[in-house]
Amino acid sequence: MELTNENVLGKLIAQFGEENIFDAYDPDGIMTLTTTRENIIALIQYLYDDKDLQVQFLTTMAGIHFPDHKGRELCMMYQLHSLRHNYRLRIKVFVPAEDPVLPTLTNIYAAANWMEREAYDFYGFIFTGHPNLIRILNIEEMEYHPMLKQYPLEDQTREDKIDTYFGR
Amino acid sequence: MATDNKTADTDQLQEFRDNRDLKLQDKKNENLTTLNLGPTHPATHGIFQNILQMDGEVIMDAVPTIGYIHRAFEKIAERRPFYQITPLTDRMNYCSSPINNMGYHMTVEKLLGIEIPKRAQYIRVIMMELARISDHLICNSILGVDSGAFTGFLYVMQEREHIYDIYEEVCGARLTTNMGRIGGMERDLSPKALHLIGEFLKRFPKVWAEFEKMLTRNRIFIDRTVGVGAITAERALSYGFTGPNLRATGVDYDVRVMNPYSSYGDFEFEIPVGAKGDTYDRYLVRNEEVWQSLKIIEQAYKNLPEGSYHADAPHYYLPPKQEVYTSMEALIYHFKIVMGEIDAPKGEVYHSVEGGNGELGFYLVSDGGRTPYRLHFRRPCFIYYQAYTEMIVGGQLADAILTLSSLNVIAGELDA
Amino acid sequence: MSDLNKDINMAEAPEGHSGAGFFATSFEKVIGLARANSLWPLPFATSCCGIEFMATMGATYDISRFGSERPSFSPRQADILLVMGTIAKKMGPVVKQVYEQMAEPRWVVAVGACATSGGIFDSYSVLQGIDRVVPVDVYVPGCPPRPEQILDGLMRVQDLAKNESLRRRNSPEYQALLASYNIK
Ligand code: SF4
Repeated sequence: MELTNENVLGKLIAQFGEENIFDAYDPDGIMTLTTTRENIIALIQYLYDDKDLQVQFLTTMAGIHFPDHKGRELCMMYQLHSLRHNYRLRIKVFVPAEDPVLPTLTNIYAAANWMEREAYDFYGFIFTGHPNLIRILNIEEMEYHPMLKQYPLEDQTREDKIDTYFGR
Repeated sequence: MATDNKTADTDQLQEFRDNRDLKLQDKKNENLTTLNLGPTHPATHGIFQNILQMDGEVIMDAVPTIGYIHRAFEKIAERRPFYQITPLTDRMNYCSSPINNMGYHMTVEKLLGIEIPKRAQYIRVIMMELARISDHLICNSILGVDSGAFTGFLYVMQEREHIYDIYEEVCGARLTTNMGRIGGMERDLSPKALHLIGEFLKRFPKVWAEFEKMLTRNRIFIDRTVGVGAITAERALSYGFTGPNLRATGVDYDVRVMNPYSSYGDFEFEIPVGAKGDTYDRYLVRNEEVWQSLKIIEQAYKNLPEGSYHADAPHYYLPPKQEVYTSMEALIYHFKIVMGEIDAPKGEVYHSVEGGNGELGFYLVSDGGRTPYRLHFRRPCFIYYQAYTEMIVGGQLADAILTLSSLNVIAGELDA
Repeated sequence: MSDLNKDINMAEAPEGHSGAGFFATSFEKVIGLARANSLWPLPFATSCCGIEFMATMGATYDISRFGSERPSFSPRQADILLVMGTIAKKMGPVVKQVYEQMAEPRWVVAVGACATSGGIFDSYSVLQGIDRVVPVDVYVPGCPPRPEQILDGLMRVQDLAKNESLRRRNSPEYQALLASYNIK
């Protein structure tokens, strides 16, 4: 079966229903769809097991922070790849900032382990069921999640960056 | 896991793994030694730390720690205009920076919808394949060093200097190349650069053949690498392996063929694959890839099309300097681009290239502003290192070092 | 066969008094001369600059010409700490510990913009220059510095080693400097 965005989407909607697969669009040839955190693992498992799809490769996971979207500030992007059909797709899940909890993907993909730790480190996502959810890149004592938009990029200890040097 | 005399008895190992947590908690267990490898251990190439539980010479458990050179690329990228992100990509996999540069440029071009002329694409291919050669060259020669053969390293380092000479002629820098621009190359290949590439094509095959002769059938080298640090194709895929390390397990996934970019479709080349996914196979795959890269460069060099070396995209591509002084329009574009006042369209793109180490992906979200809203790098090294624990447990300490160098984990890319 | 004596570069003798069968000079100068020509570097290479150090070690640039062909990976036998590459805040304590393990006299070279000042990475995770954790003797600019520059940095350390007073390391100023970094 030739995989196209339409027939994959149709198949997924038939399986999971309109209310769980929504906002599908195609920004760059890779279909992007949104689902809920209740369904994300079942969806990825379905993509993995289905004989026609065989989406069995997790390319990457990335968090995104949208401070202006009330109630759905944090987004987790899963990008999957079917090596058999050379077909890629992207799945997004939005969660509120106060409750950034997602189920873990480590039971399906070993690669998810560190990617989830990175997402926890950068954005504060909590992955339930993760075997070892601790910071990965930053020091354990760090008190905030640096990739959130409200935190500054610069090192706050520099004293030589005074305004006169920058004409401010 | 390989099952020759080097590894611990498999059943025993399994039994150990089953109750290893119990054992580790049991402080009285005197059979295990804790060994801290890194972060500044001489034999690790870069800054990684592994806390090993050793039973004699055999590694029973490893706990890796990374992040020792975390530089916050992704955060910096959110605060910089698009063209200022190229220098960041240099510093990810610094053994093959042109691939990173151009991968990033292609991503932005995809977002902007710019078509690149053939000549620029061919020049990119030449530079990217040179970068791949220099990457594999370091990896394989260091593998030699770690198994006790320093000569090969000194030998090919000299060849790498010649590649650097070409870079220098094309972009002015040796290592952190910052090569090309969004929209094509920054300048055409000069006659000298063409000459240097031609010379390189003539001289390098001999050197590489000699290097191969030194290691490939070398008894010590074979003894040290065959069956060491093996991983099965299933596990490798589950871990998200790509590039030479995946191909060594027998899966022929190569972004250059699966999703051709920059005219890779025009060239004849083969994808070498291994069978066992061990250190020796990874070495062989990289070796063969160097030959294939040479083949690609040769084709691109011979058939270099005429035409412009950059796209006609005045909003994004810096005008030539002499025009900036004489033409009003060029001056305005120059000012706007340099001050970072160019708005990118809204959008979301993913583009991946076959990096020196595997699929190097760029996931770019733009909200229509002057900087990326989010730029995520899919870094192959980050993925390999995760599997490292599994690959060394049950093997010997000395083999762990070899496994690390054959995975070619680059700290800058690992920690981003 | 080339003339061996011509190929070997002899270090210049220090100033002193010579006469029939004797040569008198101060200890300081002789020791300085010996130290300067066999500085064992500890390559603390973390990232891109480390790759340029590899080139410096390689045949084309050949750091051995300056008496540093033995990179000492153990801090206890090293004379110069060559810090090459970005030092993240997580790494800072490690640099300091390595420095503390080195025996006197010890010199520190910050190679590259990152080790000098944080370089292009003015971010929350990067130490803004290693001189925040250890005293630095020579700074080598560049991102990355060319191998020639690294060699030049090494030669500046040679100058320091040649001209250093034997008592410098015991002086109260030096002790105060170390104390300001909280190094014993
Ligand atoms: S100074 Fe430049 S080349 Fe050196 S480590 Fe820093 S970023 Fe890399």
